[in-house]
Amino acid sequence: MTPHAMFTAFNTIVVREVRRFTRIWPQTLLPPAVTMTLYFIIFGNLIGSRIGDMGGFDYMAFIVPGLIMMAVITSSYANVVSSFFSMKFQRSIEELLVSPVPDWIILAGYVCGGMARGLGIGLIVTLLSLAFTRLDIHNLPMVIVTVFLTSALFALGGFINAMLATKFDDISIVPTFVLTPLTYLGGVFYSISLLPDFWQGVSMINPILYMVNAFRFGILGVSDVNPFVALGMILVFITLLSAIALRMLKRGKGIRH
Amino acid sequence: MTNALEIEGLIKTYGDGFQALKGIDLNVREGDFFALLGPNGAGKSTTLGIVCSLVNKTAGKVRVFGCDIDTHLSDAKLNLGVVPQEFNFNQFEKVFDIVTTQAGYYGIPLKQAKISAEKYLRKLGLWDKKDTPARMLSGGMKRRLMIARALVHEPKLLILDEPTAGVDIELRRSMWTFLEEMNREGTTIILTTHYLEEAEALCRNIAIIDHGRILKHTSKRELLQQLHIETFVLDTESALTNAPQLDGFPCRLDDEGALEIDVEKGQGLNRVFVQLEALGIKVTSMRTKANRLEELFIRMVEENAADARGGEV
Repeated sequence: MTPHAMFTAFNTIVVREVRRFTRIWPQTLLPPAVTMTLYFIIFGNLIGSRIGDMGGFDYMAFIVPGLIMMAVITSSYANVVSSFFSMKFQRSIEELLVSPVPDWIILAGYVCGGMARGLGIGLIVTLLSLAFTRLDIHNLPMVIVTVFLTSALFALGGFINAMLATKFDDISIVPTFVLTPLTYLGGVFYSISLLPDFWQGVSMINPILYMVNAFRFGILGVSDVNPFVALGMILVFITLLSAIALRMLKRGKGIRH
Repeated sequence: MTNALEIEGLIKTYGDGFQALKGIDLNVREGDFFALLGPNGAGKSTTLGIVCSLVNKTAGKVRVFGCDIDTHLSDAKLNLGVVPQEFNFNQFEKVFDIVTTQAGYYGIPLKQAKISAEKYLRKLGLWDKKDTPARMLSGGMKRRLMIARALVHEPKLLILDEPTAGVDIELRRSMWTFLEEMNREGTTIILTTHYLEEAEALCRNIAIIDHGRILKHTSKRELLQQLHIETFVLDTESALTNAPQLDGFPCRLDDEGALEIDVEKGQGLNRVFVQLEALGIKVTSMRTKANRLEELFIRMVEENAADARGGEV
């Protein structure tokens, strides 16, 4: 395929993905907006007013970056895992397999489709948060780089999950039993400086903690970890997961007999 | 003339150890209308699946218009259009989107994809359904949608796996006409089918596969010449209750009361009519029994099964 043809194929996959999640917006765009609004009201306004300051900021301002990141992570992951697994289930993945699209274009297309939903949700949640608190961006490049890389990383995770999944239960196990606990324990609602030393140490092996804190650094200028270390970690994970996903595609894991 | 498809020593062993293909060799010439026939589980779909990159091969070589799928897979795929046996499109997408999206996967820009999609949807009688979600289509329409999708990038080789399964007779005939037209325009066509009448009507060359091996790979004409006996069906003026005894011609009544007579090569038909005349049976019409290929196919498969049983002992 020529580079122009490859770009057309990539664009086709991304447009198809965007068309899919916008067509079913009550399932894809509305729920995170409602959930995050409830978080803002309950944790930010009602409970947050009794908690007081956290990390030098009022509680609502402190949790907003974490909640945005939580929405981005879950949406990026969910988009790719559900879309790609549905294609496997309906066998429409064969449309791609018989075509000359290179594996890396397939991967890039799905990841960008997941990022489109994740970042779109991130934007919606950010706009909703403005109704509850003021957001003064401390470091815009850090915000943009962190949210883009995190979205890409979890879209990659969703892709691998979909490749490995053989039934619908398999695509809900990771989000329910891995992503949700790691996100909740990743410093979305609290600073790990509040934890005893042992649990601070345990928290440091949670990769989502780094992403949430790098993003919080970009918005508020405070972080429990070095944000540049966090960016480095995200890049390492992206490289690793990309290599795994491409190898699985080449071998046809779960998609070719 | 170049070969549209060349297969050498193709072997496929699945993960559970089952060997679906045991060294297939097959050539299909450019411009051919080729049938790959065989009973269920013979290895037809596995063979075509490997050609289309839906199945990983264990060993062997596959070339599509000279492009080796191991070294020039992308070029091989550009020449291929595939109509699978099972519906494999997103049931929630609209007909037009399914076809244009497939064109996009082949790197065709949207503007050109729309023109090509319209061309094939019109040819296949689906243009008025272009905005209909695929799940709302009838079974026959879904099959035609898959053909339109396979043709949108104008492939030189079209592979159809059971294209008329579950399609009514009228639609089947119209699909035959369409495929014959595509073939006349230069598209090489390979099909698998359970309707041997279909292979007999459409194809010039035929391969019969069973238990992962090619039993026969020849022209349809040559294959049919192997039939020593031809069966004629005669309609009679008055209904017969029993088949008459004819000297040298085994005969029987079919389910609808017509007289079926087996005539060996070299036997004249005149003797049949002389004997019928003598018995006072008046013939109103006569035709050759269809599915001659079916007889041959069944015989070959049965012989192969008998050989396999003998081998096991």
